[in-house]
Amino acid sequence: MENRHFWQSEVMNFGWLAGILVVLLALVGMVVSFSQRGFISGVMSEGQLLIFLTVALIGFVAGKKMERQSVLKVALWGGIIGFVAGLSLIVLVLLTGIKPLNLRSMFLNASPQLVKVLTFGKGQGAGFLYLLLLNILSGIFGGLAAVIPGIWGSGLANSALITILIGLLTDIWKTFLPRGVAKFFFANKGFNVTGFLITFFFILAFLLFWSLYGARIKVSYGNVASRQPKKVKITWWVISLVVLLLLPRLVGSYLSEVLDLVGIYIIMGLGLNIVVGFAGLLDLGYVAFFAIGAYTMGVFTSPELGLFHLTFWETLPLSILFAVLAGVLLGIPVLGMRGDYLAIVTMGFGEIIRLLVLSDALKPILGGAQGLVGIARPTVGHIVVKNPPQFYYLILAGIFIAWYVASALKDSKLGRAWMALREDEDVAQAMGINLVSIKLLAFATGAALSGLSGAIFAAKLNSMVPHSFTILISIYVLSLIIVGGVGSLPGVVVGALALIGTPELLREFAEYRMMIYGAVLVGMMLYKPEGLWPEPARRRELHGEEGKSAVTASTAPVQMSEEA
Amino acid sequence: MWQKLKSKITGMTIVMWTIGIVTLALVVYGSAVTLISGKYTLKQWIDFLIFGLAQGGIYALIALGYTQVYGVLKMINFAHSEVFMSGPMIGYFVATDLYHFNYIDTHPYLSILIVLIVAMFVSMSVAVILERIAYRPLRNAPRLVPLITAIGASFFLQYFFKGLFGSNIKVYPDWKVFLGKWVVFGQPILKIQIIVFFAAVLLMAGLFSFMQRTKTGKAIRAVSEDKDAAALMGIDVDSTISFSFALGGMMAGAGGVFYALMYKQVFFLMGFVPGIKAFTAAVLGGIGNVPGAMLGGLFLGLFEAIGPNLFLDGLGIPSPYQLKDVIAFSVLVLVLIFRPTGILGERLAKRA
Repeated sequence: MENRHFWQSEVMNFGWLAGILVVLLALVGMVVSFSQRGFISGVMSEGQLLIFLTVALIGFVAGKKMERQSVLKVALWGGIIGFVAGLSLIVLVLLTGIKPLNLRSMFLNASPQLVKVLTFGKGQGAGFLYLLLLNILSGIFGGLAAVIPGIWGSGLANSALITILIGLLTDIWKTFLPRGVAKFFFANKGFNVTGFLITFFFILAFLLFWSLYGARIKVSYGNVASRQPKKVKITWWVISLVVLLLLPRLVGSYLSEVLDLVGIYIIMGLGLNIVVGFAGLLDLGYVAFFAIGAYTMGVFTSPELGLFHLTFWETLPLSILFAVLAGVLLGIPVLGMRGDYLAIVTMGFGEIIRLLVLSDALKPILGGAQGLVGIARPTVGHIVVKNPPQFYYLILAGIFIAWYVASALKDSKLGRAWMALREDEDVAQAMGINLVSIKLLAFATGAALSGLSGAIFAAKLNSMVPHSFTILISIYVLSLIIVGGVGSLPGVVVGALALIGTPELLREFAEYRMMIYGAVLVGMMLYKPEGLWPEPARRRELHGEEGKSAVTASTAPVQMSEEA
Repeated sequence: MWQKLKSKITGMTIVMWTIGIVTLALVVYGSAVTLISGKYTLKQWIDFLIFGLAQGGIYALIALGYTQVYGVLKMINFAHSEVFMSGPMIGYFVATDLYHFNYIDTHPYLSILIVLIVAMFVSMSVAVILERIAYRPLRNAPRLVPLITAIGASFFLQYFFKGLFGSNIKVYPDWKVFLGKWVVFGQPILKIQIIVFFAAVLLMAGLFSFMQRTKTGKAIRAVSEDKDAAALMGIDVDSTISFSFALGGMMAGAGGVFYALMYKQVFFLMGFVPGIKAFTAAVLGGIGNVPGAMLGGLFLGLFEAIGPNLFLDGLGIPSPYQLKDVIAFSVLVLVLIFRPTGILGERLAKRA
């Protein structure tokens, strides 16, 4: 800060960053559409929360960067960051007020509604003050959470985050909790003030308690577990199985529907995880196999086309078979291709399948743009599986099969061959691994699971249109395995719950899901490439020997391509 | 061991060659049927041809960006299709403002220049920012990592623009001077198509001479040859890489405006299909190779404009135009199988 102007100093860099981010959040429309739902009823909407959360986050990052400074100075920095962010928003509001500029003709979301949200509906005087003040406070909060040592700092940050998470999922708690309790904590939309305060401080207290006694509890649990490891393991299995089986009963029909969707993506994710995570082949046309599975189910069972009249169970193996065939067929031409080419060719393949399905040329067989209706429902005994809770069990069975296949393959000889392929193709070949067959096997198993998932999807919807099979599905699946942790099986479940479940529960989030997914992919790769629930080997690879792997990654392919 | 490998590969090669020969036979048969049936007149074929050239010029401009980036970083910039989209998207607002002030009618050439410059600037900025934020920190990461980042960035940008400007299709205003047809050798040809073609060629020629003659161009070529050696020779690798992103972005922005002039519309997903096709063009010409990208673009444009009517029609496929994109993708796959070097490039597609 010595010879640079104040406006170019580091704190101002963070300030500008925060300002730009919040203005963009507002202009992209997230602030307005999130503010349809309250966070603390009457005090703060989710849209406003989004702004303050962003500011607090930047404050936190800034605070982390100057950890050795005094607390007071960090608080000052946080305040400055919040001030700049608040000021940027005020400028935005003032700009939207200038008539001849007509900001709205360009930025759709620079609307009167945005102004109302940003000024808390209090008009420009008091509203601006409010906005500025809250921004400054969030900046300070973020900064302090980063520097206050020990449990208090992290406790504040964590309990704020957990409380926000609870507040976002208000609707779920309302279905669970008895009406009186729900009314005490939650207003019509979001928390009420007492509910918010109680939840926040309860979680803070719990975190403090855990930091004091948590270690002791862990040790005593560890003692029990080590004395009777089998018993403890079995108990956990039984508990989770019972919960899984009872889940649709507990959560009701709507949430079962969400769970079904999550489940379908888990099956797909487990499949793509084999291709991308185990074998390291980046496949962006994964939706093609899903579509092939679904369309096989449709074509063979739909009475509309009248070509075949098979049942669900008769068609299911066919769905998987066709998907596998397509997987091998796609696999053959791309055998020799390197990662990025593979990605773009598979993406092209996915598009080809979609275009073919849409085309008039194949309409007599595939139904064209209108799609297919009257796809068979599966039957178990005399029961026709048709509502979401019933489908839940079918999908759960599918997940178990997929999980079993994936985990069995992972520790098999084939799984280790895939891992070798992922690490270094040339070395793998030199070790005597048949690249052709293991690559094709990876594509085939991945495709099989995707086909299975597609078949269930088709039967569940009972009808389908080609527009359900866009490239976006491939990107959803890719995102969820990356968020969960590439190559990790529990990671798939975590990723699917986070990325597929959340947008279904927070509908206003759904509109921005692709934008958020894109940002999440970039952010994960930059800051946490191993994912939320990483596979141990992967974590070592990405963090353990960074220098070493960097050298091989950047120079080896270039040198070798010259030899060839 | 080589013997063993060879025996394994032959099975695969037979399959691949069968695919190739069958495709070739279908193309020849279809073309023959169409030509003999005389369904289209010579005039129509020339129309297709000119359209293909204009289209190909745009593909070539976008393909240059893929090739530039591939040259210096050896990675495919997946988000390049969004770099292409961003320019004409912002350009649209400039164009409509100019239109409202009646400036387009009074000063058509100056106003198109303004739109072009704005679009090129925006695309360039997006490309440079993208490189700075998303790619530079990952330059030494394992291969898959920057690739996934690029995919993420691509989708982020698409939907970010959707959020900012809405998802509706935006219609570019008309430039009256570009409407209508010219008669060349007794053949009426759409003005806009000729203009786009020649403008694209002009830009490419400019870029080519820039790469050959200037010091920066030389630096870019040196960095694509060998980053470490270039750094030792005193070349600032980081800024050279930024510069090649900027160049690619500018070309894509210009291509985007031409695209908008030809098709009259822009929207947030407009980059996806031209992006893949331009990539195909880059591969077709030999990725990493600047003249190759130009050649590949023109080639693909022609192929796509003539292909559906030439051989799909002959095979008796109804509404062949729907399958235009399938042709482009199939070209990509076939090129990668049979000539991964492209027309002019070195052998880079294989991991080797």
